[in-house]
Amino acid sequence: MVRGLGLHKVSIAKGDHVLLSVDHTVASGEVLTVMGPSGVGKSTLLAFITGTLAPDFTATGTVWLDGQEITYAPPHKRRVGILFQDDLLFPHLSVGANLAFGLQPGGTTSERLAKVDEALEEVGLAGFADRDPATLSGGQKARVALMRMLLSEPCALLLDEPFSRLDAALRAQVRDMVFDRARARALPVLMVTHDADDAQAAGGVIITLGA
Amino acid sequence: MVSRFRGTSGTATPVMKSRRFLPVLPIVTLFAMLGPVVAGLWGTFLPAFGHLPAAGLSGPSLDPFRDLFDWAGLPRAVMLSVFTGIIATSVSLLIVMLFTAGWSGTRPFRVIERLLSPLLSVPHAAAAFGLAFLIAPSGWIARIFSPGMTGWDRPPDLLIVQDTWGLTMTAGLIVKEVPFLLLITLAALGQADANRSATIAQALGYGRLTGWLKTVFPRVYAQIRPPVYVVLAYSMSVVDVAVILGPNTPSSLSVQIVKLMSDPDLSMRLEGAAGALLQLSLVIGALVFWRMGEVVVAGLGRRWIVAGRRGRADAVVASVALGAATTSASTILLGLVVLAIWSFAGFWGFPDAFPDAFTWRNWDRHGPGALEALGETALIAVIVAMVALMLTIGCLEAEFRYGLRFSNRAVWLLYLPLLIPQTAFLPGLQTLMLNLGADEGRLPVMLAHLVFVLPYVFLSLADPFRAWDSRMGTIAAALRASPDGVLWRVRLPMLLRPILTALAVGLAVSVGQYLPTLLIGGGRVETLTTEAVALASGGDRRAIGVYGLMQTGAALVPFALALLIPAVVWRNRKGLRHG
Repeated sequence: MVRGLGLHKVSIAKGDHVLLSVDHTVASGEVLTVMGPSGVGKSTLLAFITGTLAPDFTATGTVWLDGQEITYAPPHKRRVGILFQDDLLFPHLSVGANLAFGLQPGGTTSERLAKVDEALEEVGLAGFADRDPATLSGGQKARVALMRMLLSEPCALLLDEPFSRLDAALRAQVRDMVFDRARARALPVLMVTHDADDAQAAGGVIITLGA
Repeated sequence: MVSRFRGTSGTATPVMKSRRFLPVLPIVTLFAMLGPVVAGLWGTFLPAFGHLPAAGLSGPSLDPFRDLFDWAGLPRAVMLSVFTGIIATSVSLLIVMLFTAGWSGTRPFRVIERLLSPLLSVPHAAAAFGLAFLIAPSGWIARIFSPGMTGWDRPPDLLIVQDTWGLTMTAGLIVKEVPFLLLITLAALGQADANRSATIAQALGYGRLTGWLKTVFPRVYAQIRPPVYVVLAYSMSVVDVAVILGPNTPSSLSVQIVKLMSDPDLSMRLEGAAGALLQLSLVIGALVFWRMGEVVVAGLGRRWIVAGRRGRADAVVASVALGAATTSASTILLGLVVLAIWSFAGFWGFPDAFPDAFTWRNWDRHGPGALEALGETALIAVIVAMVALMLTIGCLEAEFRYGLRFSNRAVWLLYLPLLIPQTAFLPGLQTLMLNLGADEGRLPVMLAHLVFVLPYVFLSLADPFRAWDSRMGTIAAALRASPDGVLWRVRLPMLLRPILTALAVGLAVSVGQYLPTLLIGGGRVETLTTEAVALASGGDRRAIGVYGLMQTGAALVPFALALLIPAVVWRNRKGLRHG
């Protein structure tokens, strides 16, 4: 079985205008960075992979994850995790409930709560389970969003300009944390960004669009 | 009607269990909304040309129209319908536009904005009674200024309420339409980039009001046009307000139609149906006239803009507009106060500003009957509003999942049940039921209410539902939540406040329905509104006070709950406090 995230002859167009074409496989534990100025349609590539491409775009090609084709799978069965530039924590749920939302079903309530606490501890947020996500700092939110995604046990990780809302000091810290966790779980990572620093820090293959 | 976006290979939606059910909801909704309208128009059309098997009559014949045109009151009734409609619509629109132009973003504007929900939820009938109790010769205003300033020690012999010209009726319509038009204007302002345009205009030396009218008004009007048409159609054909405030000799065309339709002699329904068709053509004619008026105003407006005047009369016009908006709002609020006073009044002799004593006796006497009517009202309103809410959420979710979306032109279909006068198709629906032998009663009344509740619930929820950040859905799906899971566990909880507001709107619309309850219920379904309007002819102010207050409460309490419940449920969730 080929481990990793494969994009086979993927091409996305709006009407007759082709936005991007990618043919590449991201191996487990590696990072592919897609760079380009805003507005060239980088995010549509991620939408195609998550299965949420807006109806006004058309796409060809296939997406493979760990040897299985997922091009036509429903979004919730693809096992593709994604992080956006906004944390997008569910505002109606506590921090702990946000994590429990990501956690796969199974286990008793106390076991699940223990896993949530463990995840919070892993990113230095022990005791935050009952907090309202709106009261957290930007860095804290980013960490909760990351752990929520990892608890859902994805097989690949997509990053949509994930660090652009963070200030410089926080940025390197969160970035390292995300890449470390992804590598530790041997996840293939696909990042789109317009920031050269992020691309550099990712340390993998870089594809530049719109050049 | 419903356009299907082309799916792409990347978004090919998998077959899901709910798929069989969800995509048909838009069709079901359209049918629930338009089916009764079309059936009702058909049921009006046949008897208008002499065809009414239930009364042993078969057409075609022109006798119904001949009878209608033989009625001596007809010219006057037609004039009343046309003039009250056009004047009420233009004056309320003028007040709202000038008030918004002169004051949006200021403190007085915010005060009125905050009063909007309560003002809107006061049913038309209660507002009409309130107005009558204020301005009648023996009303509160006359009492307050008598005998001191007026010298009256008995009510003057003036025909103010139910005046022959329908002026009081027009005023009653204006005070109720001002809050409605203001609400939709506020919604439109958000999308019109109003603040920046107004700022630029002021930087170019234009007065606040003139600058707004020249830059923002055209965009705002383009957005609020459908609801303005609704106001025009409604004002021309209103029944409950006309029964309470309108003239009797003759009454307006709509009231005459209802009289004919309620006559025990079935053959009178032929003339009623002919009147209903006449009413429909009057409304269509008035809408065409209004459309032509728009073209004329647009032409004049362009010349006014090119002339480049900066607006020297701004201050005067703005203060007049503020005065009009304030008067309109306080009329409704003071009307409620006087209803409340009457409901608790003991003996209240004429020039006294207040009753001699306050007592529970009126509530003891009329309370039980009103409570019974409240039960009926609530039963109908809750079921209808819940059904409307479920259909609306189903439609919006189908739109979100499958791209089944009302096209821009189809949005007019939502307004259709509100544009076709109630008096034009409800009599037909009643006649049709009669011919089919269907029983009048609660269930048909609910279906008739749904026709009017659905558009308002849909219009109220559609924007917030669509504005929801769909990346939340992407994230939830990436966390392996199913589409139904996303809907129930993320989207609906996040939208709790707009959902409850839409529900409250639906309840208020149902509570206020007069004609569908009266006609389709065959007079046997007694809600607070039908009971209150029935009291109009008796003139028992204490009973009217009790029923009017209950009616207002039935519409107002849900709005209060729609604010309170989310505030309590999400008290520890800052992220949901303003959205």
